[in-house]
Amino acid sequence: MNTRPLWIRIVAAIGAVIVMVLPRRRLAALILVIAVASILPFTVKNFILFQMTLVIVYTVAILGLNILTGINGQFSLGHSAFYAVGAYTAAILMEHGGVAYYWTLPAAGMVCFVSGFLFGLPALRLEGVYLALATFALATATPQILKSSPLEPWTGGVQGIILNKPDAPLGLPLNPDQWLYFFTLAVALLMFIGAYNLVNSRSGRAMMAIRDNPIAARSMGIPVELYKSLTFGLSALFTGVAGALGALAIQFVAPDSFTFLLSVALFVGLVVGGVGSIAGTFFGGLFILFVPNIAEHISKGLAGAVFGIILILVIYLIPSGLGGTIRLFLYRLLQGTR
Amino acid sequence: MELFLHQFLAGLATGGIYALMALAIVMIYQAIDSLNFAQGEMAMFSTFIAWQLLQWQFPFWAAFFLTIAIAFVGGFVIERVVFKPIRHAHQLAHIVVFIALFAIINSMAGFLWDFSIKNFPSPFGSHALFGQRLISAHDAGMIGVTLLILALLYGFFRYTRVGLSMRAAAANPESARLVGVRVGRMVALGWGMAAAIGSVAGMMIAPVVFLEPNMMTSILLYGFAGAVVGGLTSPGGAVIGGFAVGVIENLAGTFVPYVGRELKLSIALVLIVAVLTVKPSGLLGERTVHRV
Repeated sequence: MNTRPLWIRIVAAIGAVIVMVLPRRRLAALILVIAVASILPFTVKNFILFQMTLVIVYTVAILGLNILTGINGQFSLGHSAFYAVGAYTAAILMEHGGVAYYWTLPAAGMVCFVSGFLFGLPALRLEGVYLALATFALATATPQILKSSPLEPWTGGVQGIILNKPDAPLGLPLNPDQWLYFFTLAVALLMFIGAYNLVNSRSGRAMMAIRDNPIAARSMGIPVELYKSLTFGLSALFTGVAGALGALAIQFVAPDSFTFLLSVALFVGLVVGGVGSIAGTFFGGLFILFVPNIAEHISKGLAGAVFGIILILVIYLIPSGLGGTIRLFLYRLLQGTR
Repeated sequence: MELFLHQFLAGLATGGIYALMALAIVMIYQAIDSLNFAQGEMAMFSTFIAWQLLQWQFPFWAAFFLTIAIAFVGGFVIERVVFKPIRHAHQLAHIVVFIALFAIINSMAGFLWDFSIKNFPSPFGSHALFGQRLISAHDAGMIGVTLLILALLYGFFRYTRVGLSMRAAAANPESARLVGVRVGRMVALGWGMAAAIGSVAGMMIAPVVFLEPNMMTSILLYGFAGAVVGGLTSPGGAVIGGFAVGVIENLAGTFVPYVGRELKLSIALVLIVAVLTVKPSGLLGERTVHRV
């Protein structure tokens, strides 16, 4: 009767148990994720932990982009600029203001929200490729602006700013890498819960209405311009907080870390993870951190080509992204157990 | 005043580069209604092919036209192989594939010809024209080539059957198909032509900026800026826009403090955002109107 292989049946059984025992599936999944994520730091080496921290950072940045593109339907190839603004806000506050590292995150978020909102105002009138173009220009110009001499006293010019790694507070028995991982994880969870609630709120539905049909949304009484600008600001806020977290994790900010290639990476992460899929952003984060390394393993000279081919295959084979595909897989699995 | 004139002419010379690039961008925008972020890399790769042919002792013009032919076929094939299967996919997917192409072509060029800077000869020579130091023979030749291509395109789109079919396919695919235009083939043809124009741009630019795999990145941005200033739907506008961007860049670099050496790319950013905000259709472009 059931001809599926054993491991699929085991996974399905566990899935069924979760479904039966805990009717609140999302909560169950959340608890599972937190449990796995909390065990991880004590089982792996510091370098892998550092990489996992970066994956979480990128995940939050992609989440910001996803709010803009997946929920509101606007393009951006310029989110490296907001990531850079967040990172530099955190670094400058710590270096020149002596502010504690945890206070730099709200500051970075606010600065990015305002700059995203302001950039969103002219970008309002742009759609599709035009918006991609304007944001592409923003991303390309950002490193030069950061290097420019009027800003040099604060940004440190080409040299950038070096930061210290924060120690664990309250005498917790964690090394700095582990502490930073937990700190990043906690912030990321807050951001995710915020994004989830936003999407399922009145405002979130307004954003999606604008994505699906701007004219209908307008005639329903949604102030389209205001919402689009606000979404741009919110998206920049998420990415800016990620930038600040990234600056803490890498302990260094420099203009050439925030080139157009970073924007491309975030965008690729968004599409690979699944546009509009909040959980999928995590796979996007994994993809952009590890796949370039894998490509380099396959062929050192042709790493870019291997990366490009993997990317094209992803677009051809799983057009809804990893998030969408895994959701579909789980859905079929649960159907099969009935 | 002499400084102004000198900078103005120098701006026209660099503007010629941007104008060629903008022309290639507009070509592909006409054909596929999307911006090709791999355009600059395609041009760079073609230029490397030309360089290789020259290394094999081909005469310059033979290498020049052979490269154009290879680029045309290459663009055509890329459309057929990579883009035809995802024609109806979302625009985001297209942009990701452009990025993938960018990575593939850039990496291949670095692998085949390494990242060292190479000299590329100019067919016009680099001596100063008219005994003045205002504008070099290569700059003048480049501007001439740009205008020649523009004239050829104008004639092609206005007076030939294929050109008219291409315009019809771009303007209204369904109706064009009903009157017997092979829309898919026209799109591929547009890709081929854009790649060919890009290869000309690459071969004209290479003597100025030197040949290496990353030579096109900032030029592509200026090309975009030129195309936007002139209007994404108008080849003539793209050329004027390209020249305008070159002149503005040079004049702003000379006369506005700080901007000069350090913030050149920001000029392109400001231009793009300003034009798109004030007059999104550009100088000569048509407004796109959507039926609700």
